[in-house]
Amino acid sequence: MSVLVYTENWDGKFKKLSFELVSYATGVAKMLNSTVTAVSVGKVEETELRKLGNYGANKIINVNNEQLVSLDSQAYAYVISEISRKENASVIIISNNNTGKAVAPRLSVRLKAGIGSGVSKLPLNLNPFTVYKRAYSGNAFAHVIIKSDVKIITLAQNSFGLIDTANNATIENINVSVDGSLLKTVVKDVQKQTGKIVLTDADIVVSGGRGMKSPDNWTPLVELASLLDAATACSRPVSDEGWRPHEEHTGQTGKIIAPNLYIAVGISGATQHLAGVSSSKYIVAINTDKDAPIFGSAQYGIVGDAMKVLPRLVDAVKAIKK
Amino acid sequence: MKILVCISNVPDTTTKIKFAEGNASIDTAGIQWVINPWDELSLTRALELKDDSASGIKSVTVVHVGPATSEPTIRKALAIGADNAIRVNAESSDAWFVAAQIAEVVKAEQFDIIMCGIESSDFNGSLVGGMISEFLGIPSVSAVSGINIENGQPVLTREIDGGKEIVEIPAPFVAIVQKGIAKEPRIAAMRGIMMARSKPVKLVEPFPVESLTEVAEFEKPSSRAACRYIDAENPAQLIDLLLNEAKVI
Ligand SMILES: Cc1cc2nc3c(=O)[nH]c(=O)nc-3n(C[C@H](O)[C@H](O)[C@H](O)COP(=O)(O)OP(=O)(O)OC[C@H]3O[C@@H](n4cnc5c(N)ncnc54)[C@H](O)[C@@H]3O)c2cc1C
Ligand SMILES: Nc1ncnc2c1ncn2[C@@H]1O[C@H](COP(=O)(O)O)[C@@H](O)[C@H]1O
Repeated sequence: MSVLVYTENWDGKFKKLSFELVSYATGVAKMLNSTVTAVSVGKVEETELRKLGNYGANKIINVNNEQLVSLDSQAYAYVISEISRKENASVIIISNNNTGKAVAPRLSVRLKAGIGSGVSKLPLNLNPFTVYKRAYSGNAFAHVIIKSDVKIITLAQNSFGLIDTANNATIENINVSVDGSLLKTVVKDVQKQTGKIVLTDADIVVSGGRGMKSPDNWTPLVELASLLDAATACSRPVSDEGWRPHEEHTGQTGKIIAPNLYIAVGISGATQHLAGVSSSKYIVAINTDKDAPIFGSAQYGIVGDAMKVLPRLVDAVKAIKK
Repeated sequence: MKILVCISNVPDTTTKIKFAEGNASIDTAGIQWVINPWDELSLTRALELKDDSASGIKSVTVVHVGPATSEPTIRKALAIGADNAIRVNAESSDAWFVAAQIAEVVKAEQFDIIMCGIESSDFNGSLVGGMISEFLGIPSVSAVSGINIENGQPVLTREIDGGKEIVEIPAPFVAIVQKGIAKEPRIAAMRGIMMARSKPVKLVEPFPVESLTEVAEFEKPSSRAACRYIDAENPAQLIDLLLNEAKVI
């Protein structure tokens, strides 16, 4: 019996998200008196693979298969299911990101394994196996019992954090050949933004709403973000109006994020907006209206005009950077 | 080609969620039910494709797994423009159960494109679409923000970290859709509402499968500490608190 964790890589590198998954898997393995096997698919150097051991992985299975260069959920689910059978995994852990959402449900059917998705805590109970997950777009949390023998957990990003647990992990290089009939997705073109902090990866996010008044007022917000190494985001009306790009739209119908710090500028705090940001560790609200609902979700607030407050914040950050 | 749009029936997003006795389910009194926002958008896109004769889409069917009380939501989908509907007559106990039902429907009626939302706003599972495709052994593309049919070939746009990919995939397949799939949800016009009354809703009895998960209990999110206000004239204090108290910058 083992706890299996799928650690995604980006161009051969792991991200904080991968280490968080291993930290979480280590926590689950402790509860079960079991060990952690991490599975990596794609070309990753040994020094990079070793890093997974720093968060508690006992064994690292490296599948470097030429067929698996781009995500084909059918093929990935096949590979991970074959490995979990071989490793006799009782719990499988995957991120709740785009890749996890594509692969985990297929894996569930392959292994007849119930899923708790968007889980944000260690299991509440082992018998019955009970996980804690977001429901009703953040307006509730559910205790979900997984009844099957094998259990899958998709972990909400940034909900657990990193825990150092040095282990001298063993690395096993294997090849799982995939039948061509499982490889049907053909990627014709890739368009990637470069040089920008990816919103779903960012520890800090500075976000603007309709209270920013016009697309021409964004300079101090962008400057504040860049000083804080933060990503920029916006509310839906702002992206609908074309003031900011669609990738920045956060909320129930946009991106769901959980940074350590979310700074909401000129955003009223509608439930649909909060649905995408309420898992942030800290929320700062800047709004002219002292009764704006966003203050109900914020730990820190400034009642004031964004156009005056933002330049002052920029100066204050510059001052501490010196 | 035939499209099947999966629709789930969820409380309107502004509904205040209350739980029933025992906290194992929600209190449905006074809830306004709607088509899950993603499903409304995928239905819109399916109908746009059907309107374009070059796409080769001949019909758009909606499927819902749920009891008779969700009929109004199905009628709404028909009023928006779906040609017909299928309702699997069962409580949707978990994603596994729902996906198994829809997979049976697809086997029986042979659809080319199956569209699901990225998540339902009630249970936030993000599971049903992927499960349907694996039950059927057909490909799926997740995080789809665009779907076109070019000379009979489906071409999808999918969102990846910090970018997008253009993907080709042979039918039949499942498209799991998200933001971008359609601009605004299509709304029902008077004529559509009239016509919906006579459109067929096929009732299907459930295929026997066990659910794999169950909700033991719901709880409310823990409330945050009250907001601490900082003088607008002195934002440096905010930076100081973020640095030394919250330790997040
Ligand atoms: C099905 C559905 C899904 C939705 N999904 C989303 C979603 O995913 N994301 C989303 O964001 N919305 C979503 N919405 C829309 C949502 O309901 C709100 O309309 C939207 O979030 C409001 O955006 P806002 O806060 O930028 O604008 P407003 O509500 O107009 O708020 C502007 C705020 O700026 C303040 N302000 C004005 N001037 C200044 C100034 N000079 N300085 C500082 N503050 C100022 C005002 O006091 C106000 O609080 C959805 C709606 C529906 C029906
Ligand atoms: N009861 C249901 N009937 C039909 N389709 C459903 C049902 N529940 C979920 N779906 C579909 O699956 C998508 C994702 O739902 P979920 O996996 O529950 O987050 C929804 O957007 C719907 O397209």
